[in-house]
Amino acid sequence: MSPKLVITVAALFFVAACTTAPEEAADSGGAGGSTSTSRTTVTTDSGSSGGGSSAGQSASRSSDDQVRPGSQADQAGSQADQAGSQADLVANVGDRIFFGFDKFDLSSDAQRTLRLQAEWLISNSGLSVRVEGHCDERGTREYNLALGERRANSIKNFLVELGVAPSRITTISFGKERPVALGSNDAAWAQNRRGVTLVN
Amino acid sequence: MINFDLHKVIQSSGNRVLSCGAALLTPIVRAARPRTLILALGSLLVWAAPAFAVLEVDITQGNVDPLPVAITKFVSDVERGREVGANLSALIAGNLERSGLFKPIDQKAFIEDSSKIVSPPRFGDWRLINAQALVTGRITVQPDGRFKAEFRLWDTFAEQQMEGLVYRTTFSNWRRVGHLISDAIYKRLTGEDGYFDTRIVYISETGPADRRMKRLAIMDQDGANHKFLTDDDGTLVLTPRFSPSRQEITYLSYFNDNPRVYIYNIDTGQQEVLGEFPGMSFAPRFSPDGNRVVMSLATNGNIDIHTMDILTRRVDRLTTHPAIDTSPSYSPDGSRITFNSDRSGTRQIYVMDANGRNSKRISFGSGQYTTPVWSPRGDLIAFTKGYPGRFHIGVMRPDGSGERLLTGSFLDEGPTWAPNGRVIMFFRQAPRDTAGRGGKVALWSIDLTGFNERIVLTPLDASDPAWSPLSHVNR
Repeated sequence: MSPKLVITVAALFFVAACTTAPEEAADSGGAGGSTSTSRTTVTTDSGSSGGGSSAGQSASRSSDDQVRPGSQADQAGSQADQAGSQADLVANVGDRIFFGFDKFDLSSDAQRTLRLQAEWLISNSGLSVRVEGHCDERGTREYNLALGERRANSIKNFLVELGVAPSRITTISFGKERPVALGSNDAAWAQNRRGVTLVN
Repeated sequence: MINFDLHKVIQSSGNRVLSCGAALLTPIVRAARPRTLILALGSLLVWAAPAFAVLEVDITQGNVDPLPVAITKFVSDVERGREVGANLSALIAGNLERSGLFKPIDQKAFIEDSSKIVSPPRFGDWRLINAQALVTGRITVQPDGRFKAEFRLWDTFAEQQMEGLVYRTTFSNWRRVGHLISDAIYKRLTGEDGYFDTRIVYISETGPADRRMKRLAIMDQDGANHKFLTDDDGTLVLTPRFSPSRQEITYLSYFNDNPRVYIYNIDTGQQEVLGEFPGMSFAPRFSPDGNRVVMSLATNGNIDIHTMDILTRRVDRLTTHPAIDTSPSYSPDGSRITFNSDRSGTRQIYVMDANGRNSKRISFGSGQYTTPVWSPRGDLIAFTKGYPGRFHIGVMRPDGSGERLLTGSFLDEGPTWAPNGRVIMFFRQAPRDTAGRGGKVALWSIDLTGFNERIVLTPLDASDPAWSPLSHVNR
């Protein structure tokens, strides 16, 4: 890594960090699909937060106690998911949707989840998210990068249609580079053809 | 079967110059022999091949009988020279053997004591062990500490010298001399340029599938001089491609979670992002003159092919279709571009003019076609084809005719051409079980005939290979 490049990009990163820091939720993650796996496991005890997992409920307690970058260091052990956190999204809304083979259109299941995501985002108005597009391994690398990009944009466009400001949503494609299910079989591939929404 | 115009009867070739610009290899001049000519052009001295040799390697056929070749240890008066001589012999034999066109004869079978060979050799001794061609050589240590390697290629049946070359270089540079000699032998016996003095840039992989660590790596085509180019810092890097004219690689890096096309300078290690675009840039490839990079840019989910002039940074958009347009690759004359699109509803291969006009679909068989790569000879386009439930590397002519599949497995992907357009390298991924075990990813090569499929050894798992041009063209 050339020093010049590092400095340039590091500088860009800091600029970006400064402008968005006030809105950031407690997400220390380095990003990437892999971290979303661990987040899923984090939320398995979230039932203790009580009651159903309706989006409306989570939305109602959200907007006043969000944000607080880095203050919740012990994410994994938290008893209740902090409203507006990734764990909250995973437990009470659903952070991901799935696609058909070589498809980027949204199934009715996917649309249902995204409607909840949109409500959640509108309630947690200070949040910004990154939408990741992923593919299964049954395709060539560059084509899958393109397909993942289209999947991520399908999700973004749908959320925007439902009233989420486009400036709050960035997209990234990982193609087939970050599977969550490791096997080479239909069940694994179905899990890997996904779009994941991550709170920044 | 494809019919190459490679069949060549070796005849009087007169004095030839290999125009190699190998800066590290200094030519020497030999004036003592009557038939020797001093050639100022290029940097290698070639002396005249006698007329009417008949030895040939016929590579027009699909199935090749490898030509038996005797490659002796290069002789020397000093131990250090003999050591290099033995190493050179082994390196040349390895190169020729891997090509599938030659069968080096076990040195134990040699009758004539190769350490005592004087010119000309006792041809009868070599015919007895069925050596069609014989390689001899001599290493001389120079007063300046460098060494001189002379090699000769003999036709044992016509009893004639077919080639003779002299190189002078440092001891540390002996492998390149071996590759240049291998290329000279290959060219003299097949009529085609060789591909041994080349390198491979690829992605080295390790770790579980969901946390795969990927690094840019480079090595000689025979696996020597392996080197990692990017750090072990978790940055995802993909799809490196060689510049045809400079010591540069273009590739995709997720540096700072921003997937963008970069250019890497092999000499300096400098990396530079190629352009500032709002969306992802990916699938880069150099133009044949090395002055432009053609790539895909994503804008609000639409993926189109663009070119960027590296010097002026001017960007031209070549496709405007709302479908996926990616994996562009120039024809060697720069006049056309082949690319991958799903505009028909499935993944197919297209060809368009270099300005984006006259786009035309060329793949019509069953299955999904991706990763088209134009041959350096211009006559074929290699591709990946998914069908049915397996992946294949195949080739077709630029008009879509003559499709042939060369390989097949659970996942074969990403062909790259040797600079002579005779050999294709690709990567192959094995399936993983439900626990994620297995899934080995490795580089493989295969002859254009569909024969001689071989694994290319790398220290770790490997994908996304890209073959360099002949090194003496640009270093």
